[in-house]
Amino acid sequence: MTTKLVIGMDGEGSGDRALNFATDLANRIGDCELLVAYVIEWSPYSFQTAEENAQRHKRREEEISTAMERVVEPAVEALKKNGMKASGIVKHGDVAHTLNSICEQAGGHQIIVCRSSEGGLTKRIFGSSTANLVMSATVPVTVIG
Amino acid sequence: MKFLNKALLTAVATSSALPAYAQEAMTLDEKVNSIFAQFTGPFVSLIFAPLPGTSFPWIVLWLVVAASIFTIYFSFVQLRFFGHAVSLVKGDYADPDDAGEVSHFQALATALSGTVGLGNIAGVAVAVGIGGPGATFWMILAGLLGMASKFTECTLGVKYRNEYPDGTVSGGPMYYISKGFKERGLPGGGALAILFSVFCILGALGGGNMFQANQAHAQIAGIVGDYPGWITGLVFAAVVFAVIVGGIKSIANVTEKVVPFMGILYVGAALVILVVNYDKIGWAFGQIFAGAFTGLGVAGGFVGALIQGFKRAAFSNEAGVGSAAIAHSAVRTKEPITEGFVSLLEPLIDTVVICTMTALVITISGQLLIDADTGLYMLDGSAIATVDGNSGVALTSAAFGASIGWFPYVLAIAVVLFAFSTMISWSYYGLKSWTYLFGEGKASELTFKIIFCIFIVIGAAASLGPVIDFSDAAIFAMAVVNITALYFLMSIVREELRSYSERLRSGEIKKFAH
Repeated sequence: MTTKLVIGMDGEGSGDRALNFATDLANRIGDCELLVAYVIEWSPYSFQTAEENAQRHKRREEEISTAMERVVEPAVEALKKNGMKASGIVKHGDVAHTLNSICEQAGGHQIIVCRSSEGGLTKRIFGSSTANLVMSATVPVTVIG
Repeated sequence: MKFLNKALLTAVATSSALPAYAQEAMTLDEKVNSIFAQFTGPFVSLIFAPLPGTSFPWIVLWLVVAASIFTIYFSFVQLRFFGHAVSLVKGDYADPDDAGEVSHFQALATALSGTVGLGNIAGVAVAVGIGGPGATFWMILAGLLGMASKFTECTLGVKYRNEYPDGTVSGGPMYYISKGFKERGLPGGGALAILFSVFCILGALGGGNMFQANQAHAQIAGIVGDYPGWITGLVFAAVVFAVIVGGIKSIANVTEKVVPFMGILYVGAALVILVVNYDKIGWAFGQIFAGAFTGLGVAGGFVGALIQGFKRAAFSNEAGVGSAAIAHSAVRTKEPITEGFVSLLEPLIDTVVICTMTALVITISGQLLIDADTGLYMLDGSAIATVDGNSGVALTSAAFGASIGWFPYVLAIAVVLFAFSTMISWSYYGLKSWTYLFGEGKASELTFKIIFCIFIVIGAAASLGPVIDFSDAAIFAMAVVNITALYFLMSIVREELRSYSERLRSGEIKKFAH
């Protein structure tokens, strides 16, 4: 049976550590598929101007394409070079909730993420995305320090 | 106009001679006011012409009849689909794969930021100040009926919007009028769409701009003392210019985030005042009901109360006007009618909840003077006499201040932010109409944006009467064209409603598990 691992990227250098860990783990497991996921933080309850709304679809496509080009595709290429079966996905939403949904939909067995880069007031009020993921995920989560 | 700009620039340049130009500025305000009233007078008279042999403006009847017809035609859609509308806003029916697109909540919030504002604060005060508490009853009724008008226009707004190859969208009455009429083989769609666009530009410059600037100045002057209105106008114009021309989105972003909190604060403060004065709430509702049918001494009796209630409700929630259809058309949905359901919450929140709060606070504050012997309201000219002679936003401010001493300061900030937010929204509505008429393009857009900013200065400098009259006339003129078109296109909405209802009942349309 193929083991599916979901790697949550944050678009920063720390994502590479998650990638390296996942590669190492996949090599140990053997039959493994890797799914590189990048979630663009977004809330359907935020406030926007009429002009922003009119351009939202265009912006969304641009955001997805930029994230794919800069974060996901290089990661997938790197994994493939190392002989891994890998694919990528970009979605909008709450990071913790969406990563878990991606994993569930892909039939993933584990989520690998790096320690959250958030800080300050946001972290104090809402908790970090990583902490929220650990608390709410329906599959095992590995957090790389 | 040339004279105005030259005079303003001269006044700013010679700031060292403050007393001399202050005197000149007062004269300037009066001149602006006089010229403005002269130009807009005939247009205002036409829109507010009374029905023959009565004092009842035909336009008010036009709006109420339309809202009543839509309510009956769609079998009280505002009641039957109220729960479903709430579910849609909550995102129960939102496809998770559409995350990142404009949600129903965002489209509603954006439309509300264009409607909730001075109409709820100053407009209600004008209605209650002239029509008495009884105007509130008619305002609520107009709000409830207006939900059906909003449903009709916003469904069409999404259905017939333009989606461009780059992913941007443009929608609104001008698009559904031209496309809908063509689809149904009806003549005159192009001409009506052009007429609507012209009135929408006037509405954007009037109610969406000058009225906002005017009342924001009145509020600030009430706090810091009287000073020439054009100064407020110039400051507002500079900030709006920075956002809509300079593209400084951070200002708009901050406003869009702060305005909802100011709205919640406003309603919260009104609730606190009502709770503290709970013993007067029953009396206040008694005044509202009695005033609705007897007038309680206001000018024009109960008809006066009715006219004021309907007028202010229409100006506040814009149901039937067509502006909301422009804002709502950006939502991402495969079912245009879902945005119609969501939009019907707008008049409910705007008029039935927020306007009623304002009216209740004014009524129980004791700012409106009552003759102790007769129990009727005392008149000062055609308006009800108030404790300090206040009217408009100053009356609302005094009413809140009577219970919460520091609230006028918060209200001043709220008014400025509401005014700013409404201006940004209406600059977009006006721009869409402008580009519909003159085509997309940087030069065309810049021309409108500069005109919009100039009108901010004029609005702040002119006195309340001519500005309110012109604001009303321009907004209602939009409704004349829009509602005419809605009568021809409402069968399309009914077909959408029938199809959607069947699929909802059969379970074909399901909630998504989130």
